[in-house]
Parts: sequence; structure tokens; C-alpha cells
Amino acid sequence: MNRIVERQDLSENVVRMVLEAPEIARKRRAGQFIILKIDEKGERIPLTIVDSDAREGTITIIFQVVGKTTAVLARMNAGESLSDVQGPLGNPTEIENFGRVVCIGGGVGVGVVYPLAAALKKAGNHVTSIIGARCKSLLILEQEMKQVSDRLIVATDDGSYGFHGFVSAVLQNMIDAGEKIDRVYAIGPVPMMRVLANLTRPYGIKTIVSLNPIMVDATGMCGACRVSVGGKTKFTCVDGPEFDGHEVDFNLLSNRLRMYSEQEKQTMEAHRCECHGK
Amino acid sequence: MENNSAKPKKEKIPRHAMPEQEPQLRIRNFDEVPLGYTEKLAIAEAQRCIQCKKPSCVAGCPVDVDIPGFVKLIAEGRFIEAALKLKETNALPAVCGRVCPQEDQCEKVCILAKKGEAVAIGRLERFAADFERNLGDVAVPARAKPNGKRVAVVGAGPSGLTIARDLVGYGYDVTIFEALHKPGGVLVYGIPEFRLPKAIVDAEVDYLRKLGVKIETNVVVGRMKTVDELFAEGYNAVYIAVGAGAPVFMDIPGENLSGIYSANEYLTRSNLMKAYRFPEYDTPIVRGRQVVVIGGGNVAMDSVRTALRLGAEAATIIYRRSEAEMPARAEEVHHAKEEGVKFQLLTNPVEYIGNEQGWVTGVRCQRMELGEPDASGRRRPVAVAGSEFVIPADTVVVAVGTMANPIVPATTPGLDTNPRGYILTKDDSGKTSREGVYAGGDIVTGSATVILAMGAGRQAARAIHEYLSRGEV
Ligand SMILES: Cc1cc2nc3c(=O)[nH]c(=O)nc-3n(C[C@H](O)[C@H](O)[C@H](O)COP(=O)(O)OP(=O)(O)OC[C@H]3O[C@@H](n4cnc5c(N)ncnc54)[C@H](O)[C@@H]3O)c2cc1C
Ligand SMILES: Cc1cc2nc3c(=O)[nH]c(=O)nc-3n(C[C@H](O)[C@H](O)[C@H](O)COP(=O)(O)OP(=O)(O)OC[C@H]3O[C@@H](n4cnc5c(N)ncnc54)[C@H](O)[C@@H]3O)c2cc1C
Ligand code: SF4
Ligand code: SF4
Ligand code: FES
Repeated sequence: MNRIVERQDLSENVVRMVLEAPEIARKRRAGQFIILKIDEKGERIPLTIVDSDAREGTITIIFQVVGKTTAVLARMNAGESLSDVQGPLGNPTEIENFGRVVCIGGGVGVGVVYPLAAALKKAGNHVTSIIGARCKSLLILEQEMKQVSDRLIVATDDGSYGFHGFVSAVLQNMIDAGEKIDRVYAIGPVPMMRVLANLTRPYGIKTIVSLNPIMVDATGMCGACRVSVGGKTKFTCVDGPEFDGHEVDFNLLSNRLRMYSEQEKQTMEAHRCECHGK
Repeated sequence: MENNSAKPKKEKIPRHAMPEQEPQLRIRNFDEVPLGYTEKLAIAEAQRCIQCKKPSCVAGCPVDVDIPGFVKLIAEGRFIEAALKLKETNALPAVCGRVCPQEDQCEKVCILAKKGEAVAIGRLERFAADFERNLGDVAVPARAKPNGKRVAVVGAGPSGLTIARDLVGYGYDVTIFEALHKPGGVLVYGIPEFRLPKAIVDAEVDYLRKLGVKIETNVVVGRMKTVDELFAEGYNAVYIAVGAGAPVFMDIPGENLSGIYSANEYLTRSNLMKAYRFPEYDTPIVRGRQVVVIGGGNVAMDSVRTALRLGAEAATIIYRRSEAEMPARAEEVHHAKEEGVKFQLLTNPVEYIGNEQGWVTGVRCQRMELGEPDASGRRRPVAVAGSEFVIPADTVVVAVGTMANPIVPATTPGLDTNPRGYILTKDDSGKTSREGVYAGGDIVTGSATVILAMGAGRQAARAIHEYLSRGEV
């Protein structure tokens, strides 16, 4: 059992939670994730460890409400407990001083890129962060990202805040301005990662993406999370979650992410009825 | 031979069948297929045993169950005592009575098998264990005096559960670390409810807890903590029983299409996550109409029978050799046939075909014929040129084997493995190349059986006890 210590709305449908998980808090490194399960009948879902506090024995997660599990989780309060939290899982991000890096986060992906930016900054990199959202009210972690970046650029699709346009346009402008970029980290919705990988490929800028396929055990036992990287099948939970974006078959990833869309709708509707249409 | 039995005529009585759910009925539910002996049937079957002085059956059991002993107690109607007798050597009798390949083990060498039909040892074992469990109040033996030493067990499958039980019996402080949220290993994630009800595994695990075994779930050793860190935490020895859980794919075109599962994923969703009860349980599973399962072992049979129960209109096994070479237990193949599974033998998939949404629509296959015997002694299947054809499918389950999961070996320096990643042990004791580290079960042997994994646990328990009793550690 893992207690929820804190709960906070970051935007309309993104929630931040601090969970009690002392051993994970001590062990985790940037780029790793957990699997959580709310109760006996719950699904196992993966979420990135955004932050941790070894002294308090807590970890922070940030999640977007997209289906039943995240909806139920979002309605839980501090003091309540989750039946299972397993982690840390996945390979930690390879952190070195690469020089000038650009960390790009879109939507809830900002939560995933935040620990990377922080670790890269600490390792001596010059960090430019580009964070984006559909509109200003959906933007998360602006202050936190500012603190771990040498420069922060905000972009909104509708222009309600910061740069008017996609994060990819910001990166294109940087490249066009002749900025030296040694590495790009691109984390967010699959279409965003695909666009960014395509953008940097002709320039030969190494681009790391963090993939979010469907998972079950997250220990390499089931193969649910398989993706194709450089023509080879990889298991995201043990070989990833980060891969070279230029090698990833994004089509396959988005197809496989839709495998349960019918059932997901069904549980979500049932859930809505249970909580009286809320 | 040693037949000094007072009732020699008993041999003539045929083996008693165990009542089963009818096929038409059972493919609509996940309840257990065999219903178990009644008390009357159990006594009658137990009376068939001629109580050999030198029972050959015992040698066929990897954990040396006192077979004549417990069978005699059943014959006398002393069911609880029979269960206790079983538990002296077998940590999981209700499980073994169901899933042991008895026809290849104890029953194969039962003296009665020579002339007719073996005593139904497995069914009797199951009966006694069920009888005791159903009474509810399972007796727990007094705890051994703590000897002050701690042993860590990695993996809560049958091997890990068995060694834990034996070691607490010697007085060790034992903690099992299990990666998943539920202990049991393949017993909970792999073997379906209709062959092994999960309530039985839960009861067995509860019993171990009552004996004093500690179980920490959600701990992936190698990620959360390494074997070296376990020693640093004060454990005096470590037993690695992580199974052979990594799925094998065939690496043919289209294998990552949506709708294609490894057997591990398919079964884990259904069993561990109870997806067959979706949406009551949150985890979904594809309820395919035309399901094709690749492989001819028990895992393939479990998958295809699961597919039927999930509502498949057609459920087909594709296997590249003939029925004679099929590694699955005869009983499983028989059950599958009764339930309407189609067998497409001497057939091998070469490619999966998909639609624009990336969903599988068919399996391109090749016919095979049997050539010369290979290293395993089975005749090697050879492709027939120009024989390709397509079997339509909206769901495919790949059940062609498993391999070692590298997480623990890769994070344990000095732990020797063979080229395929299985941990090397010095002898039957499970001793590895690392001092104080023992290993057993599927991670040593490759995918084998529940009872062999348990037998390895027993032997390693003795070896660890001997090692820690020497007083050097
Ligand atoms: C390594 C990793 C890290 C992740 N980190 C974050 C994070 O920090 N914040 C965040 O908001 N999301 C993260 N995700 C995605 C998150 O796991 C899914 O959004 C979540 O599982 C949805 O569950 P649900 O029941 O609410 O929705 P569902 O209704 O079940 O599904 C909605 C969507 O989530 C995907 N999904 C469903 N089940 C799973 C599953 N078991 N595993 C993965 N995806 C699934 C589906 O493809 C679908 O697109 C991460 C995913 C991975 C693999
Ligand atoms: C579908 C299926 C059906 C089968 N049917 C039969 C049958 O009818 N009869 C029979 O005798 N045998 C059967 N077998 C084989 C039998 O189940 C195995 O041989 C047996 O379970 C092996 O036991 P084990 O304890 O070595 O490993 P497992 O049962 O595989 O247990 C290993 C445990 O270790 C855990 N683990 C793995 N990695 C880590 C880690 N890094 N840290 C912590 N924990 C970890 C796993 O989660 C798992 O719980 C079947 C197997 C399958 C897959
Ligand atoms: S444990 Fe298995 S092999 Fe041993 S007696 Fe029981 S059924 Fe037979
Ligand atoms: S089970 Fe068979 S071999 Fe064993 S004692 Fe009875 S008759 Fe003899
Ligand atoms: S989630 Fe099962 S292998 Fe990755």
C-alpha cells in the first residue's frame, strides 16, 4: 500500500501527486518510471517518476486524465492509498555533459522531460527548454522548468501565451538561426515526437524520445510494450523507455496504442455513469 | 514382486474417472474443468493401491512424496492426515495434484501401470489437499526456533515458495521478493483458472505466510535492489528463482501488428489481471473471433482454450510437427479437442498480414513435412515448397517458448550463465559461481515443470542450510 501524500491540479485535466514510496525514492534516477495499480480490480499503468525526495520517502507523478484509471486516480485525495506501486523501472537516462541540449515537452510530456532537464543541467549542459500546450490553461510546470533551464521558451497552439505555434516551429527557428545543438530530447504525444524526429534527422542532431506504449508487467515478461527501433523489435520497459527518435517506427507505436480503444471507451463511459456524469 | 497385499484382486478394478464439466458448458465459463473426486470415489481409488513395500512410484516424484503413505490414509478415510502427510514433503499439494504431468512421473512408474492403469495419484493428492483446505481451518505447525540467519528468495513462483517453506522450517528468517503485485509466478499469471483456480494458489500462499514466510511484492530485483545489495542488507544467502519468463517471438514479418500477443501477455491479462471479467476488472483483452495460436505445448493449449472461453468462433492451433511430437500433455490436447479447437498440424507461419489500421487479418503459412530426427530425437519439420496458404485471423497468440529474463544475471557480477542466459549451477544443490548465491527452477533448467522447480527449491534449501550451518557465514 502506498499512501497519497499530496494532490494538486496542474491544469484542467493534469494532476500532480506525491506518493509514499521510500525505497523507490532512494533508488530512482531520471528517466525511470513506476507501474501503479489502484486497487484489486485495477489495471497496471506506467507513469514517469517526475521527482523524488529520498528524505521524505516520496515520489512525484504527473498524469493526464485520458481513461478510466487516470480518471479514478485523479479523484483520489491525500490520505488515500494505492494497492501497488512497483519501481523504479526502465533504464535511467544517460546523463553526461553533451554541451548544448534542447529539452522539448508537449502537454503532459513536460512532466516527463522535467527530470531529464534537471539532471542534464546538473551535469553541466547548457539547457534550452521548449514547452508547449494547446492553450495557456493547459500549460504545466512553467516555473519548475524555468529553474532547471538556461533558457525557457513557451509555445501554445492557439497563441494564448508565449510563441504562437508548435514546439517544432520553435526548434526550427533555432536551427535556422544557426544555433549549435548537440542533442534534443523530445517527449510528448506521438505525433509531436514524430514531427520533431523528422525535423532533426536531416541536420543529424541526435534526438532522444521517450516512448509510451501499452504495458502490463514492465519487467520484460509479456512483450506488450514492443516497438520497432532501427528495424529491430525492442521491449520499451526493459530496453527503453528512451530511444533514438530517428530509428523509431512511430506508425507502429500509434497503431498499437489504439489496440484497446473500444474497450477503453466502454470503461470510461461506465465510469462516468458511476460518478453521475462528472 | 513385492506384492504381499492382502487384497490381490484389487488390480482388476479400473481406475476411477474424475467427474468433469461438460465441454459445451465449460467453454462458456472459466471454472475448473475437472470437478474432483467425491469422498467415495477417492476411497475406492485409494484402495486400488497395493501398498508396495518398495514403492516404485515414489522414485518418480521429484519431491519424494510418501505416496503409499498418503494413499493409505485416504483409503482409511483419514483425509486430513493424508493432507498433512503430503505437506511433509510437498509445499503445494493442491497445485501439484492438478498440474503435475503425473503420467510422466509418479503414475508412469506405479507398479499397476505395468499391467493396466496406474493409481490416480495426482487426483488423490488433489482430493486430500482440497478436503483439508475446504474445511477452512488448516493446521499450522509450530514455528521452528529462529536461528538468527536471514535468506532472501528472488521470485515467488513454485521454486521460491518451496524453498521459503523449507527454510522457515529450519528456523531461517526468510523474505521472498516478487516483481509482480501477486505471488505465485506462473501459477497465477500463466496457468488459467479453468486448470488451476487462483483461490488455491492464494490459500497456499496464505499458508506460507502463516508459517512465517515474508513476501514483499512489487520488488524487481536488479532494479529496486541488486543481489549484492541484499547481502549488504544483511541476508546471509540468496536463492534466485526468477523463472524463464521472457517471451520468444519468431521474428517473422508483421509480428508486431495489433492483435498479436505473446502467450505470456495473453495469459497474464486473462489470469493475473482477470481481463476475462472485463469491465468488472479494468484490464482489457481482445476477444477475437478467429484466434490462431502458434505452438504445440501446454502454453499453447492454455492460450487456445482461453480464446474459446473469451468467445472465439474459431480457435486454431498451428503446429509445425505432427500430433505425436506435440509437447503438450495428452490430457490437455484431449480437453482442447473436446472443446472444439482445430489443429492445423505440420504447418508453420511465415508472415502476418494486416489491414490499414495495422491490425492482423491473417497468417500466411507453409505446409511442413517430417524429415530426419534432430538433436531432440524428434523428426525435423521441413517446408514444402510452394505450399503457402493464408489462415484468416483477427487475433494471434505466439506460444513458441520462453527464455531467460536477463535482469538479475545482468546486475549480479560474477554470476555465471550459459550462452542462452540460464544460470549455471554446480550440481543439484543449486550452488552458483557466486558464494552464498543459489538458483533453481526455470531460470536454471529453462522452461520445465512446477514440480521440478519445487524439487530444485527443496534441494537448494538443504544446501543453503548446510552452507549456513557450517558457521563460516
Ligand atoms: C514509460 C511510460 C511512462 C509514462 N509516463 C506518463 C506520465 O508521466 N504521465 C502521463 O500522464 N502518462 C504517462 N504515460 C502514459 C500512461 O501510462 C497512460 O496514459 C495510462 O496508462 C492511461 O490509462 P487509463 O486507464 O487512464 O486510460 P485508458 O483508457 O486505459 O487508455 C487511454 C490511453 O492510454 C494508453 N494506455 C492504456 N493502458 C495503458 C498501459 N497499461 N500502459 C501504457 N499506456 C496505456 C492507451 O493506448 C490509450 O491511448 C506513460 C507511459 C509509459 C509507457
Ligand atoms: C502457461 C503455462 C502453463 C504451464 N503448465 C504447466 C503444467 O500444467 N504443469 C507443469 O508442471 N508446469 C507447467 N508450466 C511450467 C511451470 O509453470 C514452470 O516450470 C514453473 O512455474 C517454474 O517455476 P519457477 O518458480 O522456476 O518460476 P516462475 O513460476 O516463472 O516464477 C518466477 C517468479 O519470479 C518473478 N521474477 C522474475 N524476475 C524477477 C525479478 N527480477 N525480481 C523479483 N521477482 C522476479 C516472476 O514474476 C515470477 O513470479 C506451465 C508454464 C506456463 C507458462
Ligand atoms: S507431486 Fe506430482 S509427481 Fe509427486 S506424487 Fe504428487 S502428482 Fe506425483
Ligand atoms: S501407487 Fe502404485 S507403485 Fe505406489 S505403492 Fe501404490 S501401487 Fe505401488
Ligand atoms: S510491459 Fe511486458 S514486456 Fe514490457
